[in-house]
Amino acid sequence: MSNISAPTPVTTPVVVSIPKAALWLVGASLLGLILYYFIGIDQGATSVFGSDMHIHEFVHDARHFLGFPCH
Amino acid sequence: MAAEGVTEKRLILRGVFAGAVAGLLAFAFARVFAEPQIQQAINYESARDSAQAVLDKAAGIATPAAGPDIFSRTIQADVGIGVGMVLFGVAMGALFAVAYAICLGRTGRLRPRSLALLVAAGGFLGFYLVPFLKYPANPPSIGHEGTIRARSGLYVLMVVCSLVFLLGAVWLGRRLSARLGNWNAALLAGAAFVLAIGVVMLILPPLGHLGYNRATFGAFATETPQPLRNAQGTIVFPGFPADVLFSFRLYSVGAQLILWSAIGLIFAPMADRLLTPARAVRSDGALVRA
Repeated sequence: MSNISAPTPVTTPVVVSIPKAALWLVGASLLGLILYYFIGIDQGATSVFGSDMHIHEFVHDARHFLGFPCH
Repeated sequence: MAAEGVTEKRLILRGVFAGAVAGLLAFAFARVFAEPQIQQAINYESARDSAQAVLDKAAGIATPAAGPDIFSRTIQADVGIGVGMVLFGVAMGALFAVAYAICLGRTGRLRPRSLALLVAAGGFLGFYLVPFLKYPANPPSIGHEGTIRARSGLYVLMVVCSLVFLLGAVWLGRRLSARLGNWNAALLAGAAFVLAIGVVMLILPPLGHLGYNRATFGAFATETPQPLRNAQGTIVFPGFPADVLFSFRLYSVGAQLILWSAIGLIFAPMADRLLTPARAVRSDGALVRA
């Protein structure tokens, strides 16, 4: 190895088995996607709570600044 | 090393924590740098609406009533953007940790810390920068009400394509590396990503070309407000200020760069402590690397 920083990097073993970790992985993915949806998209193109605009107006500046399309 | 079955939980909780702190940092940046630009954009919009109302009145057209303000500007600019940025950080931190847990041990000889930075770079590219290249962030007053459905759909499509192609490029790089070596495999996978996303960008329409925009405003590439003209065709109100638009977009990139760098840099040492096995604590408390 031509690695100058001492010990040779060991291959990181697979530490998370996907079937065994499915509950946490799916749960965290859902949490992330739901938050992403409500901050970025809800009450614009689609709306979970009908024509209410509270979420949209509250996070309005963040929505613009994070790059999402807005009215 | 952590016991089997606990690692994913620890990784995800650390990802969420890193995301929340990163969101807080991005909020501080946004409050200082973005809010003045957002306020200028809103001032432009109000002044333009007033000018439009005068023109409409002269032409005998009724001015449509403005929508109600549910939250004051103070709430939006101080609290709303903070909550939005922190929760966005939490969301990205959670998804980052999931990607990290899956990549761990499946993407070659990478130390836990290096992998954290690479996954964060992937999140920055896939969730933000690549979609931004096609559909950049816009301040208030840019974006027509009538196209919000189409614009949201196009933006989400760009995000999904960027993320899927990035994952595809990682997979391709792994497959090629056995035959071509890491360097050439990575270059080829990168080129394949650029090519694939480039084709999508060419196919998707510029926002100004959407049917509603063509019919209402004419042939423009974007939805950026053009100057207002009176009945004689004289410009009576300027188009959207270019400097405000540039600063807003620059700071938007800056905030995402801060957010993703912070996620990677905060998560990296925590993952390292969690995953590096050859580490023990001596009786005097000092860390020893075997």
